[in-house]
Amino acid sequence: MNNKAMIHRYHWYEYVGIYLGIFLFLAFVLAPFVEGFMVSLKPLGLLFSSPYRFWPQNGSFNAYFTMWESVPGFARYIFNSFLISTIVTIVVLILVVPAAYAFARFEFRGAGVMLGTFLAVNMFSGAVLLIPLYRLMRSMGVLNTYFAMIVPGVAFLIPSAIWLLRTYMMRIPRELDEAAWVDGASKLYTLRRVILPIAMPGIIVVAMTTFIGSYAQQFIFALTFNSKTDYMPLAVGLFAYFGRQEVVWNELMAASFVGIAPAIILIFFLQRYLVAGLTAGAVKQ
Amino acid sequence: MSMNRSAVIFAWLLLAPALLYVAVIVAYPLVETFILSFTDASLKKTTDWVGWVNYEKIFNATFAEVIGRTFLWTFFSVSLKMIIGVFGASMLNSAVPGRALFRILTMPPWIVPMAIGIFMWGWMYNGQFGMISGLLQNFGIVDGPVAFLARGETAFWATIITDVWIGVPMVTIYMLAAMQSVPQDLYEAAWTDGAGRIYRFRRITLPLLVPAMITMSMLSLIATFNSFDIIWILTRGGPSGETTTMIIDTYRVAIGSYKYGEGAARAVLICLFLSVFCFCYFRVTSRLGQNR
Repeated sequence: MNNKAMIHRYHWYEYVGIYLGIFLFLAFVLAPFVEGFMVSLKPLGLLFSSPYRFWPQNGSFNAYFTMWESVPGFARYIFNSFLISTIVTIVVLILVVPAAYAFARFEFRGAGVMLGTFLAVNMFSGAVLLIPLYRLMRSMGVLNTYFAMIVPGVAFLIPSAIWLLRTYMMRIPRELDEAAWVDGASKLYTLRRVILPIAMPGIIVVAMTTFIGSYAQQFIFALTFNSKTDYMPLAVGLFAYFGRQEVVWNELMAASFVGIAPAIILIFFLQRYLVAGLTAGAVKQ
Repeated sequence: MSMNRSAVIFAWLLLAPALLYVAVIVAYPLVETFILSFTDASLKKTTDWVGWVNYEKIFNATFAEVIGRTFLWTFFSVSLKMIIGVFGASMLNSAVPGRALFRILTMPPWIVPMAIGIFMWGWMYNGQFGMISGLLQNFGIVDGPVAFLARGETAFWATIITDVWIGVPMVTIYMLAAMQSVPQDLYEAAWTDGAGRIYRFRRITLPLLVPAMITMSMLSLIATFNSFDIIWILTRGGPSGETTTMIIDTYRVAIGSYKYGEGAARAVLICLFLSVFCFCYFRVTSRLGQNR
C-alpha cells in the first residue's frame, strides 16, 4: 500500500513535464474544434479578411440561429443520422450477440478460420466493394432509401463488434453456463437468462462503439447510394452549406457543433462504461 | 469441455445469421468485383469478357507512382499515429489530477462524424484566411499566404496530418488500455530496486506493449490504406494527382468515369496488397505467441 502511494509521487519537474506533454497532445487533438468554434462565432465578412485573428471581433452566436433558416432541412439530417445509427446498432446487436457467444464458448472445428474471416471483412472497406454493392442495392430496390445506408453499414460494423464482445464474454466464468446446463436449462435459455445479463456492460460498450461508428464514419454509402435530400444523414447534409458562390463557413461550423452535440452528450454520460469496457475487451488476447 | 454434436450444431446456428449477412453484403460483392475485373463493364448495355486486359492497362508509370505514393502515405500516417498515440497514452497513464477529464477530451476526433473534422481541417489549411497559414505569418515564419492544399507537397502532408488526427484517439485509448493491463507489481519490484521512471518505462512498459502495438498498427494500417473520406473531401486526389492514393484512384475510375471493369481490377489489387499485409501480420503474431 505504502509502495503504491510512493511510486506515484512525482517531483515538481515531472509534473511540469507531464502537464506540458498532455497540453501538447490535447492541443493537437482539440485545435480544430477550438478553431471551428471561433469560426462559428465570427461574422462571415470578418472571416474572409486578413491578417488572421484567432479571437473573433464582434463575435456572436448569430450563426447558430441563421443556420436553421439557410438550410431548413438541417434538423431532419440530424434526425436521419440518429435513426440510421439506431437501427444499425439494433441490427448489429441482434446478429453479433449470438455469434460472439458461439466464438467465446464453443470450440468447434473451423472456429478460428471463421473468426479470421470476420476480421478480413475489415480489410474490404466500402470503397473497394462500391460497384457491386451499388448493383446489389439496386437489385434489392433499396437505392435512395434509409436501407441503402443501413444495409451496408451493418455489414462493416459486425466484425469489430464480434471481436469486442467475444473477448468480453470469454471473461465470464464457464462454470456459470455449466451450472445452468446441469440444472437442465436449455442452451438458448442459458444464453438468454444467464449470459446476457452478465454480459450487459460489454453489450453496452459494443452498442456504443457501433453507434459511434455508424454516426461518425459512414459517409461513403450515403454519398453513393442515396441522392434523396429527405434521407441524407448529417455528414452529407452539411454539404448544403457549400453554396454556389462560397462556403458559409460560420454557419457550417455552427451546424457541425449542433450536429455533434447529441453524440458528445451521449458519450459524456456513458464514457465510464466506454473506457472500462475497451480496457476489458480490447487488450486481452 | 468436449463438444458433442448438438453443441456444435447449436454454435453454428448462433453464427448463422451474422455469417449469412456478411456473405451477402461483403463476400458476394467481393466475388463479383473479381469477376468484373476481367470484363469491360461500364454504362453500356453489353459486357464482354476481356481477360487480363484491365490488369495490363493498369501497369504503367502513372500507376506505379500511385502505388508508391499510397505506400508512403500509409507508412508516414501509421508511424505518426503510433508515435503520437503511444506518447499520448503514456502521458494520460500518469497519476496526475485531471486525468479522467483529459481522457475524455481525447475522444472527440473519433466520435465526431469524419466529414465534420475534415471540414475543420480544410478551413485551417486555407491559405488566405486559415489558422495555420495565419499563425505562421503572424510569427513571421513564412512571408506570404501558404495554400496548403493547392501545392503538391504540402497537400500530401496536410492529408496525412488530418488522417493522423482522426486515427490518434483510437490508438491512444487502446494503448492506454494495454498499459493499464501491465501488472503493477512489476513496477513496484523495479521501483524497490531503485529503477527510475524512464528506465521502468523503457524496460517494462515498452516491451510488454509490443503485442498491442503490433495489433494496433496492423488495424490502423488497414484503415489508413483504405482511407477515402479525408483525401476526397480535402483535395479529391489533387493537385494534379499528388494526393491520389490507390483507393482514390479506384473511386475515380470506377464511380467517376463509370469504367467498372478497370475500377474492379484496381480494387482487386488493393485487396491483394491488404491480404499480403494480413498474412504477414498473422505470421508475426503466431511467432510471438510461440515464443511465450
